[in-house]
Amino acid sequence: MIPFLALVRKDLKLFFNDRRAVVVGLVAPIVLASFFGYLFGGQGGDAETSKVPVLVIDQDGSDISRGLIAQLGSDKNLDVKPSTLDATREAVRKGKATAAIVIPKDFGKDAGHALFTGAGKPELGLLYDPSHNVELGMVKGILSGAVMQAVSKEMFTGKSGREVVDESIAQVENNPRLSAKDRKVLRDLLGSVKELSQRQDERRDEERDRGGASGQSELSGGLTMPYETREEAITSGRDVAYNGYAHSFGGMAIQFILFMGLDVGIALLMLRQSGLWQRLRAAPLSRTMLLGSRTLSASLMAGFILLIMFSFARVVFGVRILGSFPGFVLVCVAFSLMTAAFGLMIAALGETVEATRGYSIMATLIMVMLGGAWVPTFVFPAWLRKLAVVVPTRWAMDGLDGMTWRGLGFSSALAPIGVLLLFTLLFGVVAVMRFRWSAD
Amino acid sequence: MLEVNSLTKSYGKLVAVTGISFRADRGETIGLLGPNGAGKTTTVSIIAGLLNPDSGEVLIEGKQVRSDTDPVKLKIGLVPQDMALYEQLSARDNLIFFAALYSLAGATAKQAIDDALNLVALSDRAGDKVKTFSGGMKRRLNLAAALLHDPQILLLDEPTVGVDPQSRNAIFDNLETLKKRGKTLIYTTHYMEEAERLCDRIVIIDHGKMIANDTLQGLHKLLPVTNVVAIELDHTNGFKPEQMQTLPEVKSAMLEENTLRIGVHDLTRGAPVVLRWLAENGHSYHDISSEQPNLETVFLTLTGRSLRDSK
Repeated sequence: MIPFLALVRKDLKLFFNDRRAVVVGLVAPIVLASFFGYLFGGQGGDAETSKVPVLVIDQDGSDISRGLIAQLGSDKNLDVKPSTLDATREAVRKGKATAAIVIPKDFGKDAGHALFTGAGKPELGLLYDPSHNVELGMVKGILSGAVMQAVSKEMFTGKSGREVVDESIAQVENNPRLSAKDRKVLRDLLGSVKELSQRQDERRDEERDRGGASGQSELSGGLTMPYETREEAITSGRDVAYNGYAHSFGGMAIQFILFMGLDVGIALLMLRQSGLWQRLRAAPLSRTMLLGSRTLSASLMAGFILLIMFSFARVVFGVRILGSFPGFVLVCVAFSLMTAAFGLMIAALGETVEATRGYSIMATLIMVMLGGAWVPTFVFPAWLRKLAVVVPTRWAMDGLDGMTWRGLGFSSALAPIGVLLLFTLLFGVVAVMRFRWSAD
Repeated sequence: MLEVNSLTKSYGKLVAVTGISFRADRGETIGLLGPNGAGKTTTVSIIAGLLNPDSGEVLIEGKQVRSDTDPVKLKIGLVPQDMALYEQLSARDNLIFFAALYSLAGATAKQAIDDALNLVALSDRAGDKVKTFSGGMKRRLNLAAALLHDPQILLLDEPTVGVDPQSRNAIFDNLETLKKRGKTLIYTTHYMEEAERLCDRIVIIDHGKMIANDTLQGLHKLLPVTNVVAIELDHTNGFKPEQMQTLPEVKSAMLEENTLRIGVHDLTRGAPVVLRWLAENGHSYHDISSEQPNLETVFLTLTGRSLRDSK
């Protein structure tokens, strides 16, 4: 037992003796995790998000186009600015604007006709930056609602709307394809719309005479979306806000611990090429003791990094273990063991330090990326999500997410713990089988 | 104490050592002498249990090392050629760690560490980190680390590589002290002066083969010469020492920089012949002296090559 403890103590001493490396090894993941946590929702999503810059070119100048621009400008997700066509193309090309809406001449008039007849729909030009496809979808959605509201408002309450209605009535009267019965129904409908519009005007005038403020009626805002959404983030419980830092700290801890495991492997590879390895092998120590002590020391270092990172996240960002605490601890232990075994496998498979460092960094980054440590796996395509099942970091992330912000019970930790331990076994067996014990 | 019988080890087609056999008794120092790559380190590694031989055996007090944890290993202390120390730790912390590898702890370990530090005269620097040590101090600490468990056999693989003459002398003093304490030393080197100073018996290895195993006096008897004439030439342009071997009085000829060493049986007859030949062939000189043959001469005689230049 004395040699085993001495081997572990020596590894820990060497790790903590290099204070600069320890500080950098902790500060770097904390800074990155804080940044990613802020990007992905922070402490509840009440922080102001950046607006999508949108330019508008109004070639129509009608009440409808002005109403449309006002409607877009009132949306909290958009930063709407007027522009000219030439300047707009340049701005979008340079990435200064995500999208631009071109309202053509006679848009208001044509849109009014199209609202009632469905014919002669005008085209809204939409210029966009192809690198912002996600924002484009959002702009199109907001634009649809704004157009409906602006056009219907003018049609039901505005002067130009009544003119359009008059023209539409005339078209109905002169349309030979309509039956007499259909013609009467449409005439009555459009007449009602016109009458409604006139009543809106009269009511507005009366309100103004009485010194009222707006003279708004139920219809004065135009047609709107016939529903509203009530959003509720499903977290560990009601009134418990999602904390984006829980995921980002878990992700960054996993990434940097894997790199630590990689360092352990490289250090062992270098040790094998040194006199120290000869001295260790000359001593009456079993191979199990030599590899086992390294596994334990690497696991303790990994556990230390997890402890510091989640303590920081708890104190500064309020990250809490909302699920099973024993589950959280065991996920951390299983991941730490897996990392240590990963390091030993690197040492066992590596030929030269330089080549081993190269391919193991690549393997680590792939594991981190596919595990969802950088971005959650739901943004991956379906085939990649399926592939991620064979990546141990994905299970570690699931386990940490489950035990922190998702607030799941101990039973939910069993699968991640089991899979991580299986990977530990796999890596460990490969390491023991392929380890070259003779000094190089 | 130590018996090495017919060791053979190959790496693929490369034969690292073949047919190496020698024995060492308590208190005896055996020198493994040979140029770099001769097979000295491979031999030491097999004795220490770091490598398994393809054939042959190593017996320590009649027993073979059977496993990684075989107690027979406690009888061996290894001083590797490469520095085997943790630079970031202090000298004492290094020794505490290496003592623990042999299950030494507490007062026993402390006593062993203090004794080892005293022997190598590093007690006053025990608390300093190894990275602050000079090369010579590191070599001494490297030696101390192998002594903690009080092994009977000490394997020293070129323990003076890269150290200054003062540190080398200090290490020699340490080794002579250990020898007086009855330790068996197996000392590899390619410096003949070290082997001549320290070793009771010398095993000469070249290209993995043992070409001699004898005491220094015994090795000298192998020589065809009893005297060496050393001549300092003014210049060596176009001089080829083998030309002189046509003279019947000359048994060997070797040129090192400007020094020409000629082996002769009879100094009074051989020296004048040599000097006359040099004068007749236009080679001037400014100094002449006589030397006793040394291991360099032995190696040259046995292999036809210089010890330090051999590859």
